[in-house]
Amino acid sequence: MARVVVDVMLKPEILDPQGKAVEGALGRLGLAGVTSVRQGKSFALEIDGDVDDARLAQIHELAASLLSNPVIEDYVIREVTA
Amino acid sequence: MTMRIGVVTFPGSLDDRDAARAVRIAGGEAVALWHGDADLHAVDAVVLPGGFSYGDYLRCGAIARFAPVMGALIDAANGGLPVLGICNGFQVLCESHLLPGALVRNDSLHFVCRDQRLRIESTTTPWTSDYTVGQEIVVPLKNGEGGYVASEAVLDELEGEGRVVARYLELNPNGSRRDIAGISNARGNVVGLMPHPEHAVEALTGPTTDGLGFFTSILKGLVEA
Repeated sequence: MARVVVDVMLKPEILDPQGKAVEGALGRLGLAGVTSVRQGKSFALEIDGDVDDARLAQIHELAASLLSNPVIEDYVIREVTA
Repeated sequence: MTMRIGVVTFPGSLDDRDAARAVRIAGGEAVALWHGDADLHAVDAVVLPGGFSYGDYLRCGAIARFAPVMGALIDAANGGLPVLGICNGFQVLCESHLLPGALVRNDSLHFVCRDQRLRIESTTTPWTSDYTVGQEIVVPLKNGEGGYVASEAVLDELEGEGRVVARYLELNPNGSRRDIAGISNARGNVVGLMPHPEHAVEALTGPTTDGLGFFTSILKGLVEA
């Protein structure tokens, strides 16, 4: 069983109103000095068998088409554990 | 011969009935198309209606974009078939890359529901030929993720090529860049619009009948074609 985590974040130039709202709440709850909050998504994939190069390439392809929208988002594959 | 306009239903579509009704009021035949059926049944044009396909999970329109019907629709649209995406339909068209840019969470974070004044800026598309350039219309708008975003280069290109179909007037309800309410592809056959013309086609149920023009436009265009 392998585990692959794909993180998706809005591109820096895209306004993130949800992150802004969270930033405001953190300040109201007493956390000083927060200058920015960006809210993203994380996908944890549990996969039977090994993640070889071919499968990883397939995951990259789907991360760039289904899991993220490259017009507004960037993705990173954060973790591959066998 | 009556023109046949397909209206796609995805799981979670809400406005497919109203879109079909608008087609009929305009004088066309509405043909129900199903998300799981990769066949457009030889329709003359297609409307992707509003709603919350797949519960808006992942991103609005992101899962609908991979529905079997969309494979056929993307090919047909690239071949010139007229397609109008309204609200969630606009989101599906952007996710499909038939239209540039994307629709993101309203800058206010609030779901907005109001009668919205728009200015029609392009009448060269088959969906807007019955309007005049600069004509102001009022139709319902209801969205939570209707903020139109694209790179500055894409926004300049859309404006430079006359592909901004409609713009918000009086107030910008969702933070859309440059007050953009609707755009077309380069060819003009694919139009995406965040407000809802299909809810403004008769006095009994709509704030106006200003939205009917989108449906009469396509029917006239098809008759002449």
